[in-house]
Amino acid sequence: MLNFSLLADATDHAAATAIGVIQPAVDAPDLKWAGLIIGLPALSALLCTICGAMRVRSKLPAFITIVALIGSFVLTCMLFQQLGQGAPRVVGLFEWMSFSWGNADRFQSFSAPFALYVDSLTLFWMLFVTGLGSLIAIYASEYMESDVGKGYTRFFGGVSVFLAAMATLVMASNLVVLYLGWEGVGLASYLLIGYYYSKPSAVAAAKKAFIMNRIGDLGLALGISLIWVNYGTVDYATLFSVLEAGPTAGHGDWMPGAIPFLLMLGAFGKSAQIPLFTWLPDAMEGPTPVSALIHAATMVTAGVYLIARMYPLFALHEDALATVAWVGGLTAFVAATIGMAQYDMKRVWAYSTISQLGYMFLGLGVGTTFGAGYHVFTHAFFKALLFLTAGAVMHGFAGQIDIRKLSGLRKVPGFRLVSYLALLGCLWLSALPFSAAFFSKDTILTAALGSERSDFQFLGWLGLLTAGITAYYTFRVWFRTFAGPVHFEAGDDQHDAHDDTHDAHHAPVAGLSLGAKHDFHPHGPRWAIRIPLILIAIGAVAAGWPAYNVLFFHGENWVQTMIAHSSAVAGSGEVHGQDVLGLSAHLMTSIVGSAACVIGIGIAFWMHLADRSAADRVRGALRGFILTRWIPTTLENRWYVDEIYHMMFRLPLWAGSHILHFFDKTVVDGFLVDGTGRVPVAVARLFQPLYNGVLQGYAATMAGGFVLIAGWVFWIWLRGNG
Amino acid sequence: MTELLATYDASSVNAALLTSSLLFGIGLVGFLSRRNMIVMFLCTELMFQGAALAMIAFGRVHGNPDGQTFVIFILTIAAAEAALALGLVVLLYRRRETLDSEAWSELKEC
Repeated sequence: MLNFSLLADATDHAAATAIGVIQPAVDAPDLKWAGLIIGLPALSALLCTICGAMRVRSKLPAFITIVALIGSFVLTCMLFQQLGQGAPRVVGLFEWMSFSWGNADRFQSFSAPFALYVDSLTLFWMLFVTGLGSLIAIYASEYMESDVGKGYTRFFGGVSVFLAAMATLVMASNLVVLYLGWEGVGLASYLLIGYYYSKPSAVAAAKKAFIMNRIGDLGLALGISLIWVNYGTVDYATLFSVLEAGPTAGHGDWMPGAIPFLLMLGAFGKSAQIPLFTWLPDAMEGPTPVSALIHAATMVTAGVYLIARMYPLFALHEDALATVAWVGGLTAFVAATIGMAQYDMKRVWAYSTISQLGYMFLGLGVGTTFGAGYHVFTHAFFKALLFLTAGAVMHGFAGQIDIRKLSGLRKVPGFRLVSYLALLGCLWLSALPFSAAFFSKDTILTAALGSERSDFQFLGWLGLLTAGITAYYTFRVWFRTFAGPVHFEAGDDQHDAHDDTHDAHHAPVAGLSLGAKHDFHPHGPRWAIRIPLILIAIGAVAAGWPAYNVLFFHGENWVQTMIAHSSAVAGSGEVHGQDVLGLSAHLMTSIVGSAACVIGIGIAFWMHLADRSAADRVRGALRGFILTRWIPTTLENRWYVDEIYHMMFRLPLWAGSHILHFFDKTVVDGFLVDGTGRVPVAVARLFQPLYNGVLQGYAATMAGGFVLIAGWVFWIWLRGNG
Repeated sequence: MTELLATYDASSVNAALLTSSLLFGIGLVGFLSRRNMIVMFLCTELMFQGAALAMIAFGRVHGNPDGQTFVIFILTIAAAEAALALGLVVLLYRRRETLDSEAWSELKEC
């Protein structure tokens, strides 16, 4: 853990201490094949484009994408096998950007080659990105099958573009290439959220995601520019060695301090943190595999990756880390409270994603990159699992996702496996003691609670409260949807209900209290959905292995080792922390965290399974009391954040644009443009009577005019000579 | 040639200028008093030749052959222009079956 008091009074020699020892990078031209990890998905995107141009009406694009992604995953595993936790390797692929200017006195050059920086952090990220990407692509091949011949190719093209961009982002050897990948995943996200482009809400959500990310990206772009101005390089390896050498004098004092805040803005945009979090819930308009892959497991962790990668920069600025911690802690809490009051299952999971990302930022902020990295890892599996089970439900119930209209699904034939896998995901999200997420969340909260800073301790307690809320809202969804009496209403996606290919799976269910559509038979998922679900569930359980290894076998935590051999080494140590209320921070977190989990699940059990009317009674009681009246409505309305942004930004912009439009119409168009035009018209009107159409009149006028002018000239001549 | 132009007879120049202004005046009066388009066109030609004659005379005064050179060019251009103008007159005649320029007075601005 970071020792902040050391940082506070000694900035000169503390730099190396705060950053830790980063292994120097080694050039590895023999690893050029690692470029295929980016190249295969890019190739797949190209092939999908060709499929689209040739109007392929089969599952070929899915096949291409799955093969490419599995290829990427295998190559990543091979790379991991070869490098493990060794020194970072820099693999130059090709020249990309290279400029030089100035003269012999002041020669300057900028180069950002397209090269890979492969260290354990890169490998750690790439393993779950490509692994989950492959599984989710397999899942999507069945999930999207009603769109074969329509958007199927476009969908898999988008997924391929996403994976290529994400691999570029994670494997980049300098910040410019990272930025390329960063914008690439943003583009893929935009394209896939807006996949159902005939739906106005999907188009609006896509635009919202893209625009909010632009705000964050502005910060990232400025941060990268300042890094170049201040440190003279955008290359990771060079930057780290410059940072280790100690603070650099130069371009004023404000600049090094501003860099982490600008980078942070980019991270908050991409990872949906306060104040840029409102795009992520809306992003659920995209197909569910996209929500699982991009908006839960991989892309949204890019912000965490950025800060972990740039941790040497952040470690030198206590204020920056404290800001990250506060934003993360508050986001975790706020998003969890909103999650309690949403009825759309995917939206609940979206808010839980924001909340869990908040935990990761809290971990980074309080100085445990290990905790944050481990939580990214465990979260990727269980959140992908939750989204994919929600997708299986949507797929089977014609797009129904409202938890008020689904109940007791575990008793519906074909949905038993999905229900119990969802239960597993829910337990992991609630951080059930001894589950993988319990250990990762525990590490983060221990670091916060055991910190010397009292505000971090507060964030730790807030995080524990949030853990309880998380357990409640998670099981609110599970008890409502998967448990209890069987009852459901189908959604309005007609293409599923009338799809002939599913008829074999439509077993009429006796004794079901069907909803409005009596001819509707839910169809359970087939193997292409079941197998990825099972594998991801196994992954979610196995993600606990690094912690069990420490706990039961006194071995080492694999994730911790990976983080410790990367640039995020500073926060990779074992988290101990101070004693809290007479207990060690670790024990305290474990006990209170477990209790919060059990209490949260218990309340959810009471209100949403044992006595479902209790939820309404609780709401009534809250509304009845003047001090708590605001709570249910505020949470249902997502803390009015969208409305506040609307008032703060959209309304002034709207009003301003109308004022400017009025100005443009009256002053610019009306006065300047049309006014200028009216002058010659008015002058012409004045002389118009002269043009009476009589030819001789014109000639006489001309002759008279000539005589006048000649007379005038003659008169002047006379005066000059007289 | 330069020597030939170096001296000039004032009376002959005066006579030439007088002829020139007479030609121009006749043309102008004709143009103003007649309605027939062909006659009006002939009158413009008269004014044209008056101006050309003045140019030759002044060229003589200044000892500069440019005046005469210009007139050679003017004559060629005038020939082309005459063809154009007569063609125009024929067209206008076909439209209205008359050569009276009053027939076209509705082309006025208002």
